[in-house]
This record gives sequence, C-alpha cells and structure tokens, in this order.
Amino acid sequence: MMRRYQPFGFVLFVFWCAALLITPMWADNYVVRIAITMAMFSAMALSWNFIGGFVGYPSFSTAAFFGIGCYIGALAQRADAPMVASWLIATIVVAAFAAALGAIILRLKGHYFAIGSIAIVELTRLITSSWSSVTGGGNGLNVPLLGGSPDEVSAFVLYVMTVVMIAAFIVTFLVDRSRLGFGFRCIHQNEDAADMVGIDTTRYKVLAFTLSALFCGTVGAVYASWVGYIDPTDTFSILLTVKVPVMVLLGGAGTLFGPVVGAVGFVFLEEVFWANFLEWNRAILGFIIVFLIFFLPNGLLRIDYKRLLRKRTGTVTGAAKS
Amino acid sequence: MSELLRLAGVSKSFGGIHAVSKVSFGLKKGEIVGMIGPNGAGKTTLVNLITGVHSLSTGKVVFEGHDVSRQRPFEAARRGIARTFQIVQPFPSMTVFENVAAGSLFGGGSNIAKAIERTEEELAFVGLNDIRDIPAASLTLPNRKRLELAKSLAMSPKLLLLDEVNAGLNTGEIEGAMNLIRQIAARGITILIIEHLMKVLLSVSERVLVLHHGEMLAEGKPDEIVQDQRVIEAYLGAKFAGRMTARKS
Repeated sequence: MMRRYQPFGFVLFVFWCAALLITPMWADNYVVRIAITMAMFSAMALSWNFIGGFVGYPSFSTAAFFGIGCYIGALAQRADAPMVASWLIATIVVAAFAAALGAIILRLKGHYFAIGSIAIVELTRLITSSWSSVTGGGNGLNVPLLGGSPDEVSAFVLYVMTVVMIAAFIVTFLVDRSRLGFGFRCIHQNEDAADMVGIDTTRYKVLAFTLSALFCGTVGAVYASWVGYIDPTDTFSILLTVKVPVMVLLGGAGTLFGPVVGAVGFVFLEEVFWANFLEWNRAILGFIIVFLIFFLPNGLLRIDYKRLLRKRTGTVTGAAKS
Repeated sequence: MSELLRLAGVSKSFGGIHAVSKVSFGLKKGEIVGMIGPNGAGKTTLVNLITGVHSLSTGKVVFEGHDVSRQRPFEAARRGIARTFQIVQPFPSMTVFENVAAGSLFGGGSNIAKAIERTEEELAFVGLNDIRDIPAASLTLPNRKRLELAKSLAMSPKLLLLDEVNAGLNTGEIEGAMNLIRQIAARGITILIIEHLMKVLLSVSERVLVLHHGEMLAEGKPDEIVQDQRVIEAYLGAKFAGRMTARKS
C-alpha cells in the first residue's frame, strides 16, 4: 500500500530476464547450467521472502517444500501424468502441505519457529527414505527423461525456471503493494499490535507460509524432470534450506529485488569458490553468513549507497585539506 | 441510552491466581467511565479479556447485544473495540502515517482511498500531521501516546479502552491528552479509561469503577467514590484509612 517504486529496478530486472533467456544462444552447457541454477534459486529466494522477509518468521522449511515438490512431480510423471500437469500437481500438493503445516508450526515464534521448521526438513527426509514402497527409499526414483539433446534440454529447463522466477516476482510485486503485504509488514513489526488493529494474524501467517512454499514445489518438480533421478539426501538437503535464506539476507530481506540480487550473487560466488577452492567452499559459505550478520544485517539493497559515496569523497577532500 | 458493553460474572485465573473474579458491569453508549484500582488489581487483564487477548475462565462479555466472549483480538478490532496499550505498541520502523493507516485499513474495514482519508483526519486531530513521515520509533513519549490514540481512532471504534494513556506524561502533557479525550467523547465514542491520577479521572468520567484484588469493589459517581470507606482502605490500608476518617470527623 502506498509504496513508491523506482522504475530503474524493473528495467534492470527485465534486462536480467532477457539475459537469462538468451544464454543458450551463445553459451555452452556449463554457463546455461549456472543460469538455470540462478533462476531456480531466485524463484526459491523470492518465495522465502514472503515468510522470512515480509512477515519476519525465519523459516527453514524450503528444502522440505522443494523435496516434496521433487517427489510429487516424479511420482505423478511415473503414474503417466503429462509433465506440465505433474508440475502443477506438485505445486498444489506442496501449497496444501504448507497450509496445513503452517497452521501448526506458526504458533511458534522466533528461534522456536526456526527449529520447528528445520525439523520439518529432517522429518520429511526420513519419511521419504523409509517409505520405500512409494518413494524407492534410499535408492531414489528415476524420472522420465526429457526428450532432445542435452543442449535442448538445458535450454528448455532454463526457460521454465525463468518463467517460474518471473511468476514468483510478479506475485511478490502484487503482494508488496497490496493490503496483504502491508499486513505482513505490520506482523513483522509488532504482532500484538497487528492483532489489535484488526489483522487476522494467524490467517496472514499461514498465507505467507503457503506463498513461501508454492513456487518451491514447482521448482522441485521441474528440477526432478531436469536431473532425471532424485534421492532423499539430494532433495531434502539441509544445505539448501540454509542457502536460500542466506541469499535473501545477502540481497535484502523484505525488498522486491533483494532475493534476486542475493540469489544471483550467491550462486556466482559459490561457483567461483567451488571451482577454485574445492576443499574450502563450505567454510566460505560459513564465512559469508558471519559476514552478513555482522556487517550487512539488512542486505545489499538496503545500503545507503549515496551516503557511502559521500562519506568516501568527504574523507578524500578532508585528507587533501589537512 | 442503550447498553454497548456488558460484562457478566467475568473471571480469569492464571493457574492458581485469580486475576479477575466475577466482575460485572455495563457501559452505556456515549458514556465515559473511569476505572481505578491499586497496582495488580486486574485492570489491564480486564481490558485484555474484553478485547479477546486472554480467554475468559468464566462469565460472559456482550457487545452490542452479541455474545463476544470467545472473540479473538482482530475480531474485537473489527467489531469496533479499540484499545491503547499501557506500554505503547507502535510498528517501530513504519512511518507515523503508516501506523495510523494500519488502523484505518484493517480495523476500519474500509478501502484504501477511504482509509487514507481517515488516516489524515486522525493525524490532524491528534496533531501529528507535521511529523507524519518520520518512523514511529523516533517519536517522543507524548507523541507515541498520541500515535497510539490516532491509530485506535482510525479504526472508527464504538468503544475505546484507554489503558493508562497518561502514564509517564507531565502535567502540561496530561492537560493536552485530557482535552483530546473530551473531544473524542464528544464524537459519541464510548470510553473506558484506566487511570491512576485521580484528579484527571474525576474531571472527565461520569462514573467510576473500582477494582481491587480482581474484584469489583465499588461503583458510582466520582465524588461518591472518593468518599467510599472501602476505596480509601484499598488504597491506603486500614490503618491510614482509619486516621483519615478520624481527621475528617
């Protein structure tokens, strides 16, 4: 409500989407893979932003939503559902799962909520790996392969992931400027006061939690179709559940573009570190988290760059005078 | 005048502690009623029971003829019961304007254009219009209290529960706050005001309720209440109350 936007960000976002979409025309499969990863994590970071950024509930359930999306998508396809239909089924099932789960764990606040939400990831992983008759247990599941050459498959997956990312962005934009987004912010600021001015906080929180799951479900199902084989440790990964919030924090939680900036920046850094410091990349992830908490608690987009610039030029002229 | 709110035998226990026990009273439309009681008498708990923050242990709350005993806070807000908090509860990093708009948008149940209009009216009313774009966290205490008031008023309430709006204000500021409260009452909003400062309370309220140890001790006109032996005892203790009556007679 009553939010003003600078067109600059939107222009940049459109260019960024275009840049992603034309990657397969000029780059090799390695670069396209990175582009897919960026689009995929952008979609998930935008999703997390609803609950973590707008409402301020530190959810670590992303991997559970992603994993369930993977499995539902895979199972639907194995039951001969058309590919796109199985992606939609996965989205709906994950959203319903999040809505039901949210009604239970959103009673917890702060650290307790964080721990509760992380337990969901472990729980879903254990259920998936023990329920062999359906999920194949630790052996995983094969998903019907996408037709076409590797390059064609990558290009196709990239287009789909980018569309999911754009959809997540549009929903973020709509929520940001609506009554709903304003209510989310009020809850973030002061839940008791929000309740007292007439916001149905429980319903709003469940909605935010569901929104945070929705696109993760789609992304998971598309991912399963892309890689062709899924197993519990790969899909319900604790690392994934931590990465996504870190991306949002890096970019700026609760902002419109922050999740995209953070996801892109993080995937880029990760790729650089992974390629150059094979042994140390986890340590570097840890270092980034610590750095964020201490020096960039509000993310890249919340830095007052103008002030920073003025300060620098200020000290330079000051030094010149003395 | 018809009755707006009625409490019938309302009790609340936290474990073995009876914070409020068997309190009954009614508020007529357009009335200003004061509520006093020593610290820990259960005044704030009573406000929390009326607004649905706590659930009732026993008893009934009736608002506009409907049983609202089991309502949740947001439902109370939408029905037209607004409150201010003893310890102010702003949305700290939102602007003053946005704080008040939250009240008019969600509590007032109106569309955005209407909500903005209401917000502007109430900001002008409490005198915060000049600083509408600064974050609520940077307000002084008197202004925070005003913000709290504006936010509640923006909800277009029928009943306003003021929980110690004057706590922490100096004499001049209290005078300003009381003027505002008189003007609010002039609009026809029913007010229940909880206050420690007797002088303030006696000057605005038509009726005073006295709460002690969670029970209703006395109820009556302000000048009767200050003479009431039980009330004097509750505040001063039996020994000093005895001396006071002795001195008077």
